[in-house]
Amino acid sequence: MKPTDTANPDYFHKVVDCQWACPAHTPVPAYIRLIAQGRYSDAYMLNRESNVFPGVLGRVCDRPCEPACRRTRVEEDPVAICRLKRVAADHRDDITDRLPKKPKTTNGKKIALIGAGPASFTVANDLAPMGYECTIFEKFGKPGGLMRSNIPAFRLPESVLMEEIGYILDMGVDLKLNTPVESMSWLYEQGYDAIFVGTGAPKGKDLNLDGRAETSNIHIGIDWLESVAFDHTDKIGENVIIIGVGNTAMDCCRTSLRLGAKNVKVMARKPRAFFKASPWELEDAEEEDVNILINHSPKSFVHENGKLTGMVFENIEYDIDDNGKIVGQEVVGETLIPCDDVILAIGQDNAFPWIERDAGIEFDKWDVPVVDKTTFESTRKGVFFGGDAAFGPLNIIWAVEHGHQAAISIHKHCQGTDLMDRTPDEITLESTKMGMNEWRYSNAYDSSERREMEHVDMVKRFQKLDTEVELGFTAEQFATEVQRCLNCDVHTVFEPKLCEECDACIDICPVECLAIVPHAETEAELRADLTVSEKVEGQDLYVSGDLPLTGRIMIKDENVCLHCGLCAERCPTSAWDMAEGILEIHHADEQEPAHAEAAE
Amino acid sequence: MSSFIKPKIRRKNEPVNDLGLIRSDYDGAMSTLCAGCGHDSVTAAMGRAFFELSIEPHRAVKVSGIGCSSKTTSYFLKEAHGNNTVHGRMPSVATGAFAANADLTYIGVSGDGDSLSIGVGQLIHAMRRNVNMLYVLENNGVYGLTKGQFSAAADIGSTAKKGAVNQLPPIDPVALAMSVGASFVARGFSGDREQLVPLIKAGLMHKGFGLIDVISPCVSFNDHKGSTKSYEHTYKYYHKSVHADYVPPSKEIKAAYDDGKTMDVELHDGGTIRLRKTDKDYDPTNREHAMKRIMASGGSDEVLTGLLFIDEQQPDLHQRKNMEDRPLNEIPYAELNPGAAALKELQKGFR
Repeated sequence: MKPTDTANPDYFHKVVDCQWACPAHTPVPAYIRLIAQGRYSDAYMLNRESNVFPGVLGRVCDRPCEPACRRTRVEEDPVAICRLKRVAADHRDDITDRLPKKPKTTNGKKIALIGAGPASFTVANDLAPMGYECTIFEKFGKPGGLMRSNIPAFRLPESVLMEEIGYILDMGVDLKLNTPVESMSWLYEQGYDAIFVGTGAPKGKDLNLDGRAETSNIHIGIDWLESVAFDHTDKIGENVIIIGVGNTAMDCCRTSLRLGAKNVKVMARKPRAFFKASPWELEDAEEEDVNILINHSPKSFVHENGKLTGMVFENIEYDIDDNGKIVGQEVVGETLIPCDDVILAIGQDNAFPWIERDAGIEFDKWDVPVVDKTTFESTRKGVFFGGDAAFGPLNIIWAVEHGHQAAISIHKHCQGTDLMDRTPDEITLESTKMGMNEWRYSNAYDSSERREMEHVDMVKRFQKLDTEVELGFTAEQFATEVQRCLNCDVHTVFEPKLCEECDACIDICPVECLAIVPHAETEAELRADLTVSEKVEGQDLYVSGDLPLTGRIMIKDENVCLHCGLCAERCPTSAWDMAEGILEIHHADEQEPAHAEAAE
Repeated sequence: MSSFIKPKIRRKNEPVNDLGLIRSDYDGAMSTLCAGCGHDSVTAAMGRAFFELSIEPHRAVKVSGIGCSSKTTSYFLKEAHGNNTVHGRMPSVATGAFAANADLTYIGVSGDGDSLSIGVGQLIHAMRRNVNMLYVLENNGVYGLTKGQFSAAADIGSTAKKGAVNQLPPIDPVALAMSVGASFVARGFSGDREQLVPLIKAGLMHKGFGLIDVISPCVSFNDHKGSTKSYEHTYKYYHKSVHADYVPPSKEIKAAYDDGKTMDVELHDGGTIRLRKTDKDYDPTNREHAMKRIMASGGSDEVLTGLLFIDEQQPDLHQRKNMEDRPLNEIPYAELNPGAAALKELQKGFR
């Protein structure tokens, strides 16, 4: 096999599992180290570069990083990455003077952004400081999009949201509230150089079963959450049924409890292994005594005189094979569950009633616009989509990344350069060696278990709708939690020509991920010499160049390496080094060729 | 010494042995030897051999003398019994321990200084008595702990780090062992665990004295140009002659080999040592023949390695001296100490 090309920035990036899994590629270990050093503002600013809303995301991110965390290879629970992000946000000083200022002059390019959600704000965050005149159109009277309307205040306080939105507005972004865009053709005529659509996926799915048309008190989840968020709804019946078991369902059931419901049941069609909600959201809901019933498939709505009285469910039994796949199902009975209200949280769709079908934007067979996966441009030049509006419901952190990418495209569109000519990521490696067995990162393995988040007590939390449930980590908690991070961005960098094959690194490695082996044709043959030789999908095998004394090669299974640096400590010739990999991701302001400074 | 202790990590799919133990259950304290020391690799190989043989750590005895190599008994099998003896006196202590309890697995770890200078007489007598133990001689040709003087294993013409040339002939522990009747004689290299781990396993399962002379470079004082015990020199002149694999009784696979390159040696426990020979004509069960081959490679650059001689029929110390089979700690006190009257009776026989 050929030696691994570690010059490709993706190679080391992939080793940092959390950063690789994060859509916006937040440098997680780097900001955790800053928190460990008490540099909360620096940690916040580093976060902000990639994810723009650290305070918001430190509470309600979907956390694709955590399931990916390397820590789960050696113990049950990942590092509490999301909660640590909140630590950076909670403990930061005033950072306003570190943010880009409103430029003194503009570059004369006008950008329209539709929908004041995370995607549009990210575009504005990237483009406004470069001199672009950004105008955001919002149909509601308050900004935030889904972050405001669909995420209840007990999970995300309004003040946190408004502060981070404020940072972007202060860069000179024009926010037009209560200004729905009702016609794309109209917008075309307003003289904007580019249009960005960040209107989310605003249409909750309905459930057309018997009785649906004849009765009231059936709510669409996201619409209902929205009307609670905007104070149009402030109570609900005592007995509430939630249909669906995703994250919206979790927000609906917990919100119901705060609006007077006493008995909330979440009805799931399938067993627990098939739930869509994040495990932590399920946990938080169940802590509040929400009852989740599995294997109940909705059949009909029951009503008396137009008033909802209950729902009938079919009881389903599933045949599940050894791989956990459903291979058969059978209806074994029916159950009537009485209720006062039903909330439907079974998914949402994109909807663009305001885009004329002759507006030059091609729609596909599902009636959603055709959007390029790299440039986020629609089939009409200069019109871009991002967030849930682009490819259907994802999450906030994806919306942010879409925003960054769309901003690059808008910038290139306005400068008349090729949208596809995007500056690739780069990685720089810096040795962390400070001296004999001394590194500028905490390399010792800390076996502490994940810290548990403290919650507001049960009585207090239901008294007000906007009492934030999670209290945030205490100083003691986060001091421990930061040490759980394995510093995966401090890479084991090997220089074959220095190696004299003493095997010291192989012997010291606590996870036996190294071996010196003869050449072989395939990865499987090389792996045979590792004590745990199975390949884990997505995880690479490092293959060195020839070792000078025997012509053999060093291999390393990237899957299990703990980045503890013991290999480098025991290496007599410094063939191993622990080098911090700093990934440089180029947002709109760093695209080559460097665009003339508009701010001057 | 590393900045922190190697953590004990349990991976997913961690291999376990027949006792349900993992490899790191056979580790010991952190090594304080120089980074890159060959001894650390030998330590790792010993730990692996015990792990793969599923020997209960508390049923093993580690003994050593004085020196860098002798420190290493701390670095594996932390649950085992052990004794760091006076310089060069490890074979006597091992002999005594073995006399008291022949049921345990004995491993002695020593170096070329401890074994070939101050302790050479002790080593020779343990070999001729055929004490049932494995003696691992970590050979780097230099006194590392006292900063680099030539040891008795240094080759003529090899140089010290500062350039002095050795003029005294070396003691070859393998030739020495052959001449005094050792029943298992091997040479290995710390850099070749593929060969060394099976050799250690075979040596542990062999009944009688096993000597493995392991070339184990001293990175600090004998890893330079001019050294004949450096990594570079050993890798260059390394010759694998006979590879030995221990095949436990339960796993024995009878296969017909008639290429002259493979031969089986039956062990007392019912297992087998399967020999794979690079040199087809070499017969490691014939002392005279083996001796000739070993002497032929002496003085040349060749580093002859592998299981060079084995005689499974030679009675060990216990058999030869007709000693008590039961460990002394399992014999009832009254039997073990029959009293003053019995002693008097015994003494009469000597008058």
